[in-house]
Amino acid sequence: MTALGKLVRTTAFKLTLGYFLMFAVGAVGVLAFVGHNVRQLLDEENASIIESEITGLAEQYNSGGLERLVHVVERRAARPGASLYLVTTFAGDKLAGNVATLPLGVLDEPGVVQTPYQRNDEPEARHPALARIVVIPGGFRLLVGRDLDERERLGHVLGHALYTSLGLLAAIGTLGGLFVARRVLVRVDAINATALTIMNGELGERLPVAGTGDELDRLAQSLNAMLDRIGELMTGLREVSDNIAHDLRTPLTRLRNNAEEALRGSQSPAELNAALEKVIEESDGLIRVFNALLMIARAEAGDARGSMANFDLAEVARGVAELYEPIAEEAGQTIAVSAPEQCPVFGNRELIGQALANLLDNALKYGNSDVVVSVVAQPGHVELRVADHGAGIPQADRDRVVTRFVRLEDSRSRPGFGLGLALCNAVAHMHHGALSLQDNAPGLVVCLSWPSSVAHDVLTAAE
Amino acid sequence: MYNNIMRILIIEDDAEAAKYLVKAFAESGHVADHAANGLDGYAMAQEGQYQVLIVDRMLPKMDGLTLIGALREQGVQTPVLILSALGQVDDRVKGLRAGGDDYLSKPYAFSELLARAEVLMRRRTAHIGEETGYKIADLEIDRLSHKVMRGGVEIDLQPREYRLLEYLMKNAGQVVTRTMLLEHVWDYHFDPQTNVIDVHISRLRAKIDKGFNVPLLHTIRGAGYMIRDGAR
Repeated sequence: MTALGKLVRTTAFKLTLGYFLMFAVGAVGVLAFVGHNVRQLLDEENASIIESEITGLAEQYNSGGLERLVHVVERRAARPGASLYLVTTFAGDKLAGNVATLPLGVLDEPGVVQTPYQRNDEPEARHPALARIVVIPGGFRLLVGRDLDERERLGHVLGHALYTSLGLLAAIGTLGGLFVARRVLVRVDAINATALTIMNGELGERLPVAGTGDELDRLAQSLNAMLDRIGELMTGLREVSDNIAHDLRTPLTRLRNNAEEALRGSQSPAELNAALEKVIEESDGLIRVFNALLMIARAEAGDARGSMANFDLAEVARGVAELYEPIAEEAGQTIAVSAPEQCPVFGNRELIGQALANLLDNALKYGNSDVVVSVVAQPGHVELRVADHGAGIPQADRDRVVTRFVRLEDSRSRPGFGLGLALCNAVAHMHHGALSLQDNAPGLVVCLSWPSSVAHDVLTAAE
Repeated sequence: MYNNIMRILIIEDDAEAAKYLVKAFAESGHVADHAANGLDGYAMAQEGQYQVLIVDRMLPKMDGLTLIGALREQGVQTPVLILSALGQVDDRVKGLRAGGDDYLSKPYAFSELLARAEVLMRRRTAHIGEETGYKIADLEIDRLSHKVMRGGVEIDLQPREYRLLEYLMKNAGQVVTRTMLLEHVWDYHFDPQTNVIDVHISRLRAKIDKGFNVPLLHTIRGAGYMIRDGAR
């Protein structure tokens, strides 16, 4: 695209063009209105002048007859001015006046006419005139009129003014438009150039901000903020994939070892079967880890928001607690549920259920004590709490422990991958809520809370 | 123990996976055909007398959900089990909404697929859902009064234990897996992490089998559980 082509295609230029067209239409309208009004005014004035002249001449005729009238008309016709006079006989022969010729038949009908005529002093040129024709006794005709040249000239002047101003405006508009467009284009080109560098891998680059605070600056600032956020997410993702690679090596190695051992030496079918079962068990474990990771990723990306609906949190709390109750009983622990009869909330029942299952599993495994699940409906938000009286988590570790694959020292020996709390955290964020770990003195309270008004936001966003 | 041979159509574009499934179903005493793309699968499903369709979600020529929708529109009511690499909550919802009867995400254990396919087939052929009670050997449940009797003696069950037993009885002679139990008895599709279902089953077993000579609630190794008349 040529430089000019680029300029002409800019929004600034097109806007200028649009404004110009609007202004041109406006100017034509205003001038037409003014012209029409002035014309009307002039016409009225001419008509009244003609009326008074006729009244005057009629008086002269009444006092001095035709002879006097001819005399007065001759005198008046000799004066320079826009007034026209003509007195003719019944046959149309001119007796006096400054009108040389008129189109045929004009004098036949008395009344007001608009007609071209020729003057005595310049018989070549035809002029427009407004005239009134009066029949005098004896068949004589009297014509009194006004030359309309002035009116025509006014039209020309207005038209000329219109063309000149439009031409001037078009020139200024085009130049101004090109100038503004060029200024914008220079900045947009700068932004484009930076975007290209970013696309080519220079992820640290940021778009130029001129500091004028205009719309381009605001755009650049939002885009920069977006780039920052993407950068953070990518760093997070890189850490996650590093972690995945690191933490999945252990079970993969075990899997491989089992398979190798089964191949080695002469083993009985029973031993081979056992080895294969172990391989399946290990791969099932890996699948679970992948599923958990996918679920976390989905929840973090907010993908499951479409599957949110209204459900009863109290029912979920009782249901999941009941699911884990036999396990607790086997270990000599109890699970108590404190929830209202009903607690309608908006969210993803499956994910909230899974999060509660993770929390209960943790509380039973690491808390080693009785567990209390409570549902509290606060104004504006709901809380789902799982409390135990175990060793708790030290203040310093509480932020860290909700990230993927983080396991505290004394839990490393037990089965698990350190994904349970990470999932709870992602689920909380997906619901615009938060996951907080607090001291239960002794023990741990994990509180998953989210706004109950989220329903409206999500619903309106979906619409 | 399976008195019915299933005719199954597997619509799956991964030739290796399809070959494995055809062979595994044959070894379980069923007959399985294979279609490698959506269009062939659609034609075969319309013509053939299949009792269960196993449909992969991502298929060449016609994707799985479109295929199911088209079949349902044609009035083909054969139960469909959707297989998919997309295993998240909303994918499952989409799959079932499109007309699928069950959803299993990859990777899966064949025992899980088999158990689910058999339950789907049985549900089609015998309208078990409408019965007012079930009876296996001397174990009876009355679905109206929620009464459970074994050998003429009433057994007192917790509501959840009752629902667990009811689901097992409804699918008597069929393997039901742990995830099927979690789905149907607790209405959750998530991974319970620990052996929670096993503990519930052993509680139930203690109530219905303990003290009787013939156990009815069996553990099927590597697959799940089954209620059946031990004498058979």
